[in-house]
Amino acid sequence: MSEQTDLSVEEIRQISVLTRIAMTEDELDVMRAQMSNILDSVAILNEVDTEGVEPTGHSVNIKSVMREDQRQDSLTQDETLSNAPQRDGSFIRIKAVLE
Amino acid sequence: MESVNLETITIAEARRLLDNKEVSAVELTKNYLDRIKNFEKDIDAYVTVTEERALEDANLADKRIGEGTQTNLTGIPMQLKDNICYSGIPTTCSSKMLENFVPPFDASVSTYLKNENSVLLGKGNLDEFAMGSSTENSALKSTKNPWDTNRVPGGSSGGPAAAGAASECVFSLGSDTGGSIRQPASLCGVVGMKPTYGLVSRFGLVAFASSLDQIGPLTKSVEDSALVLQSIAGHDSRDSTSLDVKIPDYVSNLTTDLKGFKIGIPKEYFIEGISPGVEKSILDSVEVLRALGADVKEVSLPHTKYALAVYYIIAPSEASANLARYDGVKYGFSEKDAETMWAGLENTRSNGFGPEVKRRIMLGAYALSAGYYDAFYLKAQKVRTLIRQEFEDVFKNVDVLAMPTSPTTAFKIGDKIDDPLQMYLNDIFTIPANIAGIPGISIPAGMVDGLPVGLQFMAGTLQETNLFKAAYAYEQATDWHNQFPSI
Repeated sequence: MSEQTDLSVEEIRQISVLTRIAMTEDELDVMRAQMSNILDSVAILNEVDTEGVEPTGHSVNIKSVMREDQRQDSLTQDETLSNAPQRDGSFIRIKAVLE
Repeated sequence: MESVNLETITIAEARRLLDNKEVSAVELTKNYLDRIKNFEKDIDAYVTVTEERALEDANLADKRIGEGTQTNLTGIPMQLKDNICYSGIPTTCSSKMLENFVPPFDASVSTYLKNENSVLLGKGNLDEFAMGSSTENSALKSTKNPWDTNRVPGGSSGGPAAAGAASECVFSLGSDTGGSIRQPASLCGVVGMKPTYGLVSRFGLVAFASSLDQIGPLTKSVEDSALVLQSIAGHDSRDSTSLDVKIPDYVSNLTTDLKGFKIGIPKEYFIEGISPGVEKSILDSVEVLRALGADVKEVSLPHTKYALAVYYIIAPSEASANLARYDGVKYGFSEKDAETMWAGLENTRSNGFGPEVKRRIMLGAYALSAGYYDAFYLKAQKVRTLIRQEFEDVFKNVDVLAMPTSPTTAFKIGDKIDDPLQMYLNDIFTIPANIAGIPGISIPAGMVDGLPVGLQFMAGTLQETNLFKAAYAYEQATDWHNQFPSI
């Protein structure tokens, strides 16, 4: 968090690869400017002394929830696959993962 | 039927009419379907209208009322924000990504309403995946504010809030991650309530930022807000963050007597940038509360100014993880014709998500990435602790806090959509409650140039009873909730 955040187009390109969102050069440039601005505005957090402060993940105390391992009804295979864009019987069809 | 004024009818009033057989659920429902037909072309509050489902629900409700086994919400026509799953009805999140998604299951809140034979009129418009403050980010339509159709209804629950203001439903359920129930309620002049985090099950609410998201009611009165919360609150084993606590009787605890009730006015919520009309309305409201016997004092929450920054790290980070599931394989939009699996994935996400959603996913991925995690995500979580502790401390001395819901009244469509940072500032007064997990409510408390102003109350964790008490006493002492837009 520097005073003036200036992300590079290469950094944005890398994030677009990581998040699997294809972007044109123009889109990368707009995103670069907007994200730099937003990161600038959150740099205000550097003012806060957080030495020795525990992080809060959830506002309520969350405990691991356990239950008996019992059979329960669930959706049928047909229901589960009802929204699949490409279906082949009881399978989802996609392009080859390994060439 | 002639005597029923649908524009002003509340759940409580509809209940009396239904129970006394002065109106049937089918008649009531048909009237709302007519209103939807008449007003939707101007308001666009609905993504989907479920006419058939509504009439079926109403028939079942009438049968039940005939048998005398009705409950509070039996036969009451309502809308669900379109990120709440309802089996067999499209749940689009106002995104191209889920435009054709039909959930094969119910959100828990949908099950609760079904069990009461509430009437589903349809699904309400929102900013795509609930990311936004104006409903302009909807990929499907832009909802208009019934008070002035050139203006936004607020967001992200703009559909539910506008439907309430235009009386296109009696009540609705929205979701609030940084103010998405309270801010549109304020801009549309209805009552919007965000419960304590964990009080209402999130099962079947399409996830945006899981540690902040919470479902809550949008209604025409505080009593209705308490009635709806009563029906949807409670432990649910299908949501691992659901609180296992005893639910108080919210409705019977409503009272207009505020003698000895302590109300804090946090000075950090009256800052530069707040419109003078809004500030005056809220200060006038404080005098009303004082006149009702409340012990009003100024308090300070110095970390308030960091809440927005904390939010814009935590919410995008959680969103980037939650929205990784949209891959065009299991459900939703899919670019099937791409050359390779990877190209299909990238094109699906590129063409399925709108600009704000992409911005938040990428911002979150950046904040969580190696080398930046400590500086952004961990830092934000630590400041979150300080904000939470500050609220805990202040609620040792006061029962509720009172402040504006939004710094301005409804703004013009198109005014802020090109400047994400300006848009984010709309939520500056609502975000702290989500960061701390505490409940908040916005109620009508004034008019400035023909546009509604919202008064917000916040209370400590699980202190909904205090929240409703303050809101109800104020509402009963004023007339703002009885004003309706002429549409």
